[in-house]
Amino acid sequence: MPDQLTPVLTRRWQSPRSWSIGTYEELEGYQALRHALTAQPDQLIQLVKDSGLRGRGGAGFPTGMKWGFIPQGATGPGAKPKYLVINADEGEPGTCKDIPTMMADPHSLIEGCIITSFAIRANFCAIYIRGEALHPIRRVRNAVNEAYAMGYLGKDILGSGFDLDIVVHAGAGAYICGEETALLDSLEGRRGQPRLKPPFPATSGLYASPTVVNNVETIASVPAIVLGGSDWFREMGSEKSPGPKIYSVSGHVEKPGQYEAPLGITLRQLLELAGGMKGGVPLKFWTPGGSSTPLFTAEHLDVPLDFEGAAAAGSMLGTTAVQVFNETVSVPWAVMKWTEFYKHESCGKCTPCREGTYWLAQILERMVHGEGTPEDVETMLDICDNILGRAFCALGDGATSPITSAIKYFRQEFLDLCAAQPAAPVEPAGAMA
Amino acid sequence: MTDVFDDLTRQRSKEIIAQYPQSRSALLPLLHLVQSVEGFVSQGGIRFCADELELTTAEVSAVATFYTMYKRTPCGEHIVSVCTNTLCAVLGGDDIYQRLSDKLGVGHEETAGEPGTTGSITLEHAECLAACDLAPVLQVNYEFYDNQSVESAETLVDALQRGEKPHPTRGAPLTDFKTVELELAGIFPDLEHSVEGQSTAPETMRGAALASDRGWLAPAMPDSAPAFPELPEKK
Repeated sequence: MPDQLTPVLTRRWQSPRSWSIGTYEELEGYQALRHALTAQPDQLIQLVKDSGLRGRGGAGFPTGMKWGFIPQGATGPGAKPKYLVINADEGEPGTCKDIPTMMADPHSLIEGCIITSFAIRANFCAIYIRGEALHPIRRVRNAVNEAYAMGYLGKDILGSGFDLDIVVHAGAGAYICGEETALLDSLEGRRGQPRLKPPFPATSGLYASPTVVNNVETIASVPAIVLGGSDWFREMGSEKSPGPKIYSVSGHVEKPGQYEAPLGITLRQLLELAGGMKGGVPLKFWTPGGSSTPLFTAEHLDVPLDFEGAAAAGSMLGTTAVQVFNETVSVPWAVMKWTEFYKHESCGKCTPCREGTYWLAQILERMVHGEGTPEDVETMLDICDNILGRAFCALGDGATSPITSAIKYFRQEFLDLCAAQPAAPVEPAGAMA
Repeated sequence: MTDVFDDLTRQRSKEIIAQYPQSRSALLPLLHLVQSVEGFVSQGGIRFCADELELTTAEVSAVATFYTMYKRTPCGEHIVSVCTNTLCAVLGGDDIYQRLSDKLGVGHEETAGEPGTTGSITLEHAECLAACDLAPVLQVNYEFYDNQSVESAETLVDALQRGEKPHPTRGAPLTDFKTVELELAGIFPDLEHSVEGQSTAPETMRGAALASDRGWLAPAMPDSAPAFPELPEKK
């Protein structure tokens, strides 16, 4: 059994100037690149397949398989230019792992980008960072400059004959651009709205060319896999969810923060590491991986937080954004706040999401402000049923998660709120007093 | 054609466009660039982008109006963004926003003071700023001010109004909205220094520090990187 915490991605974070190329190279930086350039590109794809690495941006798609979908060859679809695009548009409520990664260790991302681009035979890579993440943008841009100066980027990298350019691209404030096809449209200079799939980005991505879109944490994991090998990587986590993962613990705990553990750690263990519930006030509900993953309650303390475990318990692993709320927090109020978020961020392209989030927010606002009815609960479930699986992209599905899971576990709280009306509006949380 | 956008801006625009395989990809950076000049995206700014990229003004407007960070009215010297998403809100973000709104006498995306003058502030409530372990957070010109309270936020805004520039918790020394918009366009006049700013909060390091304290490590890697997997014979 590995230790409870296994710093791999976070292992350099405590070093002075961990973000500089000097520190990075002292701590094995760019050794993986030198090794990777001795491989055939297909061997790197096979290595990542063997490692079992799954996407860290929420969906958990097998990374090596995604790379393997890129058509290769001198003729046909394989002859088009290929692109690597990094999704650094971190904005899922509760999610705060990529921003500290880019601030503290941007070179692990850059080294991962170079190895990945070599594997999929891309000569252009764009790192799309949300605009509000200004300091991470500086750090990543500085890392790119340093990598160019060292000959790790540009023409004929380390004499390998491989060329790569990386551009650091700032977004402009749109959660929807975290959806990979919306991100591609945004990167092409358009409104960030999702595309109909298929075709998938692997064949028709950026500029209608074969494109891999991967999350920051996914690609930052690649250098370690090259250095350690797939067997080493698999010493952490489970058969289907191998490797370490950064768990971002926030909310009503004594010591919120970033905890890198093997996939499969439980909330009970995370709470122990994070010093327990703040002030000893009991847990009421929590998200395993951001607001788009259905809520859990105190009955889920021992659910293994890996892709299979979270799904088997009725939620999703998402981004391992563990937001913890104690019993002073009103569930209908919390759900209202999240729903207002989805309403604001809905891109407007498809009707179920655009209209659904609009009406859901109104119902919840009415309820929280003292004018709800028990029928509203059923109406919300009906609206959610009309969004889930019918929206253009996962934003719509995600918008239903807090509502349906909250009603599943806390229906009585919604009904009590309606029964007590007309009454004073709900205070968000006693915790603030 | 307005001459607000001088030769330097045009030259920067060309540099930005040259980074991309297709020119239209430079539209988001160029909209940041025009904000760095005017403090918002004006009709003239839209025309500038359209001219640079050979697009119609309608195409540029459609993009500019989609994204939250492009402002349609002139902004203050600083933009103060308070996270009011659920987790920050429950820990005090809603109260912080309300207090600042009352204090400044403005609502969402409104500016207290004459836009662009020293101490003028545009206020907004923001969605999740991806700093939840440091909640409640706010940003000034997209630099992080972590673990805020109503009192600390009020003190911060008082200082901004006096023309001071308190250092962010994480980020570079505070400048102003127009300067950071230039950085968001991809032009870094002083990256050597701005990159230095503080970045890791105690919260960021908690897991790593706890692992050090307890002697916890990831499994040891092999002494030298293992050989790459054999590839199956091509059929």
